Amino acid sequence: MPSLSELKKRIVESQLWRSMFRHEYPDTPRNRVLQIMANVWLHLHPPKIRRHAIRVRFTWCMGGITFLMFLVTLVTGVILMFYYRPVAEYAYADMKYLQYDVPFGMIMRNMHRWAAHGMVITVWLHMFRVFMTGSYKPPREFNWVIGVVLLTITLLLSFTGYLLPWDQLSIWAVTVGTNMARATPFVGSEGPFGELVGVTSRYDARAFLLGGTLVGPAALLRFYVLHCIFLPILISLLMIVHFWRVRKDGGISGPL
Amino acid sequence: MAEPKENTTLKPDAQSAGGKEPVVADRVHVWPYLVRNEFICSIIVIVILTVWSIVIDAPLEEPANPTQTPNPSKAPWYFLGLQEMLVYFDPWFAGVVLPSLIIVGLMVIPYIDINPKGNGYYTFRERPFAITTFLFGFFFLWISLIITGVFFRGPGWNLFWPWETWDPHMVIALTNVDLPEWGPLRWMGNPKIFGVELIGLVLITLYFSVAFIVYYMKRDTSDTIRQLGPVRYGIVAFLLLTMMSLPIKALLRLAFNIQYVWVTPWFNI
Ligand code: HEM
Repeated sequence: MPSLSELKKRIVESQLWRSMFRHEYPDTPRNRVLQIMANVWLHLHPPKIRRHAIRVRFTWCMGGITFLMFLVTLVTGVILMFYYRPVAEYAYADMKYLQYDVPFGMIMRNMHRWAAHGMVITVWLHMFRVFMTGSYKPPREFNWVIGVVLLTITLLLSFTGYLLPWDQLSIWAVTVGTNMARATPFVGSEGPFGELVGVTSRYDARAFLLGGTLVGPAALLRFYVLHCIFLPILISLLMIVHFWRVRKDGGISGPL
Repeated sequence: MAEPKENTTLKPDAQSAGGKEPVVADRVHVWPYLVRNEFICSIIVIVILTVWSIVIDAPLEEPANPTQTPNPSKAPWYFLGLQEMLVYFDPWFAGVVLPSLIIVGLMVIPYIDINPKGNGYYTFRERPFAITTFLFGFFFLWISLIITGVFFRGPGWNLFWPWETWDPHMVIALTNVDLPEWGPLRWMGNPKIFGVELIGLVLITLYFSVAFIVYYMKRDTSDTIRQLGPVRYGIVAFLLLTMMSLPIKALLRLAFNIQYVWVTPWFNI
């Protein structure tokens, strides 16, 4: 029995192998750096990083997992958009169609749904980790602020998506959620000083959100546009800034 | 996961802030050590998500029907903390002011926590106040309210055990009273100016003036307060007192059946 290294040597030196790979890949520091620097995706990372920063125990990988969850919802979301029409007459039927007729429709919907819920949980855990390690302290104050905005947009993305199946669960959850806008001071028809300002239930903060006085077809279209266009673009832009700031603020935090 | 075995090299430019002692530049290559972790982590997460999505279907109920209100109507689970606050405060406060203050309060954390210690490592002893406050807010005021909303609320937003059957006709006698009508305070009558109740006004003013009293009593002796300065101290105290108003109001409601602490012609608290 040849040993493992002998076996490797025999394979690497075989004619077949050498016909495919002209030369070997030396694992030198230079090549390690080039792997990162010469790759458009990987160069988000610095070529070298502080030793403790790669410990799972330190970051829990939570920021990365949040990003991964976002990518999953992006891919599955595009596929769902092929089959879904944000029109009150069609939306629910399209969900049924997706679940029972579209190949892999059910699992696409499930993955989109569960990844979105997962993202809400991981973003909370990420914030929790960042707080517990005190990583918001100078010079990372502003990245924390961007993070809070990211958290808010994550919740809004989840919330706007909740309406789209157009079933009992979604319209009533969104009704409950948006009813609060009616109570906004000054700009809500039932809020403090709303009467003073003169807003009515037809023209107040809630009507502005829903495009009407109740969760109807106009609200569906509005939430669809926010969910599929406006909020994803906004969160992507802010994520770019967030990742860039992690680098510019001196990489992952650590004991000084 | 195996610790990267790589030489710890000392870079000439890696100097400590004072410029005297060189610090050890304890750095490792991202390729392969970090990229490997990310790769493994992604695979594990994707596998879990895929299996989960095969096994558990996303819910789809009856088609939307605006004429048929389900009881209870629950917001998505991540907003149930807010919906739960509606039990204790009116919508303008629980649904608009408090959420805005949560977001703003989170944003200002880096600017009001001026303790330089505990930057980039886990520690409780070096920042007990910050961590205690955060844990209290995160677990007690957010996660536990969500759990209550998800598992313990049934028709009429009444409390049910998860294993109990929901009885939509259950009637719970509403015996809540406003603070001025509450037994120990009733003798005062309910003095008002322009329809604004005075008892609540005085109590709430007293509540927030705790911040001022502490400030003037402690500012000469407490280093923390001196370093914070009046503006930062004011923000910390305001946010903290506002945050604590939630458990206080919950306690008043649950233990003494108090509906409003303060009633005015425009809003109630
Ligand atoms: C969509 C949401 C978010 C994504 C995709 C994201 C992603 C990331 C990633 C990949 C990192 C690198 C370190 C790590 O994985 O822990 C990071 C770091 C960081 N994040 Fe986030 N994040 C998000 C939301 C937030 C939120 C809600 C906060 C805080 C409120 C926050 C504050 C920070 C800070 C301060 C750092 C630097 C940590 C350090 O240097 O140790 N981020 N983020």
